[in-house]
Amino acid sequence: MRITRFAAVVLALSLPVQSAFAADGKILVGVIGSLTGAEATFGQSTRNGVELAASELNAKGGVKGKTFELKVYDDQGKPEEAATAMTRLVAQDKVSLVIGEVASSRSLAMAPIAEANKVPMITPSSTNPRVTKEGGKVRQYVFRVCFIDPFQGTVMAKFAKNDLKLSKMAILRDVGNDYSMGLAQYFTEKFKALGGSIIADESYKAGDQDFKAQLTALKGKKPEAIYVPGYYTDVALIARQARELNMNQPMLGGDGWDSSKLYEIGGSAMDGHYFSNHYSTDDPSPAIQNFVKKYKAKYGEMPDALAALAYDALFIAADAMGRGGDAGGDALRRALAATKGYKGVTGVITIDGDHNAVKPAVVLKIAGRAPHYAATVRP
Amino acid sequence: MSEFLQHVVNGLSVGTIYALIALGYTMVYGVLRLINFAHGDVYMVGAFAAFYLAHALGVAENPTLGKTVVVFAGSMGICAALGYVIERLAYRPLRERPRLTSLITAIGISFLLEYGFQLPHWNGLPIEFPPGPTPRFFPELFQRVVWFEVGEVAISNYDVISLAVAIGLMLGLQFIVYRTKFGTAMRAVSFDPSIAGLMGIPVDRVISGTFALGSALAAAAALLVAISRPRIDPMMGMMPGLKAFVAAVFGGIGNVPGAMIGGLILGLSEEFVAGYAFSSYRDAIAFAILIIVLLVKPEGLFGRRTAEKV
Repeated sequence: MRITRFAAVVLALSLPVQSAFAADGKILVGVIGSLTGAEATFGQSTRNGVELAASELNAKGGVKGKTFELKVYDDQGKPEEAATAMTRLVAQDKVSLVIGEVASSRSLAMAPIAEANKVPMITPSSTNPRVTKEGGKVRQYVFRVCFIDPFQGTVMAKFAKNDLKLSKMAILRDVGNDYSMGLAQYFTEKFKALGGSIIADESYKAGDQDFKAQLTALKGKKPEAIYVPGYYTDVALIARQARELNMNQPMLGGDGWDSSKLYEIGGSAMDGHYFSNHYSTDDPSPAIQNFVKKYKAKYGEMPDALAALAYDALFIAADAMGRGGDAGGDALRRALAATKGYKGVTGVITIDGDHNAVKPAVVLKIAGRAPHYAATVRP
Repeated sequence: MSEFLQHVVNGLSVGTIYALIALGYTMVYGVLRLINFAHGDVYMVGAFAAFYLAHALGVAENPTLGKTVVVFAGSMGICAALGYVIERLAYRPLRERPRLTSLITAIGISFLLEYGFQLPHWNGLPIEFPPGPTPRFFPELFQRVVWFEVGEVAISNYDVISLAVAIGLMLGLQFIVYRTKFGTAMRAVSFDPSIAGLMGIPVDRVISGTFALGSALAAAAALLVAISRPRIDPMMGMMPGLKAFVAAVFGGIGNVPGAMIGGLILGLSEEFVAGYAFSSYRDAIAFAILIIVLLVKPEGLFGRRTAEKV
């Protein structure tokens, strides 16, 4: 009995992926995000963004007469849970497309599964290059609609050197996080190439409560600013403790800061800091203002960049489904790879040879517990 | 120099937390010869109990000294009750079994608390319980002000109050253990439970009391952490729990002043390693200390050397 069940599972897994335009007229899309856990707002914003996009697309009749249906799983912010959810979406729910994850370490756990099962996966906001390209080989079924860390790190280095006129910086990185390590590395390379110097490089581990040892060490070396490419809950505590030590240097960071919780936990200690991001809600362009209005009407809060990217991800998928022959598998993969000049909320999106989106980044400055537009840096 | 002083201040503030948690380990070990691995999670429950109390009292909108005291006493009381319940339900039925059984049960209780608190909210409760895995923001109990500055070292009311509360609690404990009837009974049970029982000491009640006392101290430690590092989540007890265990072993497990000194030394050494050498080795230092102590002086700084009975 057990053997037959096992055989059935094996058989089911080895079946070729069916045409995704299923008979019931639905396109099943899987969404994986950290709906709970230390980065809960990442997952919640992503889900909201995809839901908003799906309801708009469905209101317009969907793609080729088929409407979207979402299957959302929570991974609690754990890579192993993300991998389990991915396997479940692919093997059990038989989705035609997966949207997720935000954090690079979790997307890295999901990407090989997408690749092995030939199910296209779009990560809305994982910026580590290895997500779409491992060991010099592009993953055929994995795409992203955001820029990558070599660019994001470079943007902040340029901004620090050219706009803020800084020359002595320190780094405080999260050692257990692919995203943070990547950003710190690219930032260091660019900042040094521009003639600046990194006078200290300290590290912490996500979930730590106390950062004062590292901060005191940094304080002694008197950097002009500190680059902290971490996630928002840690960054908020770091900022608070820096203020408690009377350190008034600005801190710089990446899109991992983008969460309303950053201001709740960090409070006024966040004022005066900068982070790079995918878009700014201050941008007057109608595409953005329209999106902000719709999102606020539905969820009652300002959309962060993760929501906007998730929204774009589903629209790009719908666009590719319309152009390609099928809503999943090889046809969708080819159509996604051929995406060119799609006008999304977060900018004009063109998928390059490495399956990354090429677009400008914005730098936001925090004041009065909210991010404000400071600069745009082009690729 | 001011950097060194700042490191000392930071190290002491972390060390007192370890010391307060380590006291719970060491007292329970003293009376039961049991490492209560769920102790770090009792600390976590203390933080959440305070969180719910603070919200019920509306501390975030209007913090006052009175409310702070209520939150402190309330969460210590809740944790004392929790410690009592854990001992009564999980450890007492196993007391006559091999010691390994209780140890594994302790790990089980630890997992139960850590993962039970990560479940989604139950419906129909007035509070959002269990809290789920998303970190919560602990409201400010009172305004942080810098009281005095020595050179570049800023010392705030938080630092002073935390240290004062921690030292006060430790002195209070010292008084209970050495100057009260209960403390005498506790020491007697620790010396030999069966003889103590024969002398008419209510062993069960003393053991329950010890659990309650240790758990209340863990709740106090959690509050001292939460007021200055206001992020709490169900896994927050794991690392401090392990480190406090190291502190207790370092000071000589079963020895009350040893746990205090052990905690302070651990906090300071972590601070200096992270501040002056390699910040990524911060956690490693605690466990390196554990290994060295076990190799060189297994009874700890102040522990009695006891021959293993065969």
